[in-house]
Amino acid sequence: MPDAAQNDAFVEFERVQKSYDGETLVVKDLNLSLPRGEFLTMLGPSGSGKTTCLMMLAGFETATHGDIRLGGTSINNIPPHKRGIGMVFQNYALFPHMTIAENLSFPLEVRKMGKSDREAKIKRALDMVEMGAFGGRRPAQLSGGQQQRIALARALVFEPELVLMDEPLGALDKQLREKMQFEITHLAHSLGITTVYVTHDQTEAMTMSDRVAVFEDGRIQQLAPPDQLYEEPDNSFVAQFIGENNTLEGVVKEINNGIALVQLDDGELIDCNPINVGVGDRTRVSIRPERVEFNKDRLKEGTHTIKAEVLEFIYMGDIFRTRLRVAGNDEFVIKTRNAPDQVRLEPGAQIEIGWLPEDCRALDA
Amino acid sequence: MTDATNNGGPVLAADGTPLKKSLAKALRLQKMRALGLIAPLLIFVMVSFIIPIGSMLFRSVENGLVSETLPLTVAELQQWNGDSSEPPGEEVFSAFVADMVVAIEAKNHTRLGTRLNYEKTGMSSLFRKSGRKIKNLDPAVDGPFKEKLIDIDKRWGDVETWRTIKTHSVGITNGYFLNAVDMRRTPEGAQSQPEDKQILITLFKRTLIMSLAITASCILLGYPVAWILANLPARTANILMILVLLPFWTSLLVRTSAWKVMLQQQGVINEVLVWLGMVPDDARLVMINNQFGTIVAMTHILLPFMILPMYSVMQTIQPTYLRAAKSMGATNWTAFWRVYFPLSVPGIGAGSILVFILSIGYYITPEIVGGTKGVFISNRIAYHISSSLNWGLAAALGAILLAVVLVLYWAYDKIVGIDNVKLG
Repeated sequence: MPDAAQNDAFVEFERVQKSYDGETLVVKDLNLSLPRGEFLTMLGPSGSGKTTCLMMLAGFETATHGDIRLGGTSINNIPPHKRGIGMVFQNYALFPHMTIAENLSFPLEVRKMGKSDREAKIKRALDMVEMGAFGGRRPAQLSGGQQQRIALARALVFEPELVLMDEPLGALDKQLREKMQFEITHLAHSLGITTVYVTHDQTEAMTMSDRVAVFEDGRIQQLAPPDQLYEEPDNSFVAQFIGENNTLEGVVKEINNGIALVQLDDGELIDCNPINVGVGDRTRVSIRPERVEFNKDRLKEGTHTIKAEVLEFIYMGDIFRTRLRVAGNDEFVIKTRNAPDQVRLEPGAQIEIGWLPEDCRALDA
Repeated sequence: MTDATNNGGPVLAADGTPLKKSLAKALRLQKMRALGLIAPLLIFVMVSFIIPIGSMLFRSVENGLVSETLPLTVAELQQWNGDSSEPPGEEVFSAFVADMVVAIEAKNHTRLGTRLNYEKTGMSSLFRKSGRKIKNLDPAVDGPFKEKLIDIDKRWGDVETWRTIKTHSVGITNGYFLNAVDMRRTPEGAQSQPEDKQILITLFKRTLIMSLAITASCILLGYPVAWILANLPARTANILMILVLLPFWTSLLVRTSAWKVMLQQQGVINEVLVWLGMVPDDARLVMINNQFGTIVAMTHILLPFMILPMYSVMQTIQPTYLRAAKSMGATNWTAFWRVYFPLSVPGIGAGSILVFILSIGYYITPEIVGGTKGVFISNRIAYHISSSLNWGLAAALGAILLAVVLVLYWAYDKIVGIDNVKLG
């Protein structure tokens, strides 16, 4: 898949580095390429370099080293206004002294477009975000969600091939955010535009993107579609950062037929799927809460099980969330579906838990 | 709660009194407290500002002196037809002598002479000279007086003298205002001053034009500085802000005098230019005691008043606006002109109003560096207050100045909107 993308790459970062002070690198050796029409999210904690990457692509920051290419040509020395990239800002940046229609007209006017063309495009863009009746208003008269739609329409009205979005939903409440996530994705796919989206909200990244690049410490830790990212994290940072995760620490004893035997720090033995560890390495074992099984009948013959004590049972409606003490870890969580035959574990109960070896990933410590 | 809302009558508070009444009672206490807090300032402003200004403005129309000093004469003059070429009859002259004797006793006649001298030159000396002789007349026995007065000074036989007294005997006059716009009150109504006495309109025009020039140069010099300050990191901006405010730490007189040292013909700038050979020694630039000197010095002095409001408005303009404009394809200039500049207009407006209103009434700097060509209307007001003692004219000039400022303020509100003025 990455090789296929390489050939018709639309946006490319090649060995890009960025430093603000000449002493530390904010972005270290970034390599990334995305094909036309892809929705790529840069996800990471604050300070991980994701916004800097976006700003370099937009042209507001210059790369200290390396090459950024758009449609095959290097854009390192092209000023932002000649890149033709649409951008949606965190606080929308709608011009307060212009009406909505004037805001949308601005990118068309600087392109010296005729009045009738402009009006047609503005109308189409406003209808696209279902804000057709608001052309005469000023930004301050609109709600946050409406401003967000206008910002989106303004970034799209001049029909750019690439749109950048810098945490555009950060200021909205939860319900509106979920609605807008769907709308933005839908719009991007139906128009076929390439989108680079920056967020620190992993749910947003998971639900919207074709691929997610997880940033940490100036590097991409993993670049993969959401399901792969969740189910097959490459390292413990990604496993921790994406979704809820249980971690147990130990040492890899042996690896047979692709299954690693890990001795946990309190002596228990478990079967794992070795990812980036060898025999004798310390490892962090990662298991998703919904993949843990305590009903022995559902486990394979000969699976290693380990003892656990139930500490807390939380009823959450659709699921039950149970906190366990496993191998000295008090924060081990399992999630079970609320089904008629599901067992509700009592605090204090002693149980045995197990899992399929492939769901338990032995990652770097 | 339920019975208060259900019976359809006025809503009642918990103790049974109407809710409106108890709300008003609760608010009254707050209002009294607020009033108590501002009372000291209010009284101070009333006593030291509003009352003096009010009485000063009243002086511009007040004209009791003639009718108070010469009550009998004024009454008799009503019978006299001012348009006739004949001087008034004996009854006016005897009334005049009776009035004058009283006035000379109280030493009021010279004041009257000074007052009438504003309107007709020579009146002051006429009254002073005649006063000495009229003192010896007894109004009861020495009549008739017409011939005697004309003997004392033949100007008493001049119709113009009596016309002047009659014209200015009204209690409330527009004479000062007419004078202030280079006109005068005559028996035939308002007329233009003779050419050689028309200076005030010119001064008003000059004051307005130079104030506009000062405001414009403050905008041109201040805008880039405010922009830099607003876009620098807070630490650096604070240090530079001290430099902007530095002029406030020195006395206004010192700064103005410094400009004198800089700009005069033997001054720093001329010396340097001559030394560099850019200006010949015998044709040194005249940069002081003219309009140029006034504009330079006042621009320097008023510049902080322009920079500060601009800076505080520009600080609130988010840098993402410019980025957004550029991402949409605008060049740096278009982004500035279409997005940044309109958002900074409230700061320019606030600064301009401040600088313009300050400079239109400025006195000390034009006085020192303005020479004769660069003085403002306020210098003329000061002259009438302290040298010529024509307070009525000074008050009229001041009132016109105030009216001009208010009209400009109103026009600004109509054109730009006063809501668009922000100090931060």
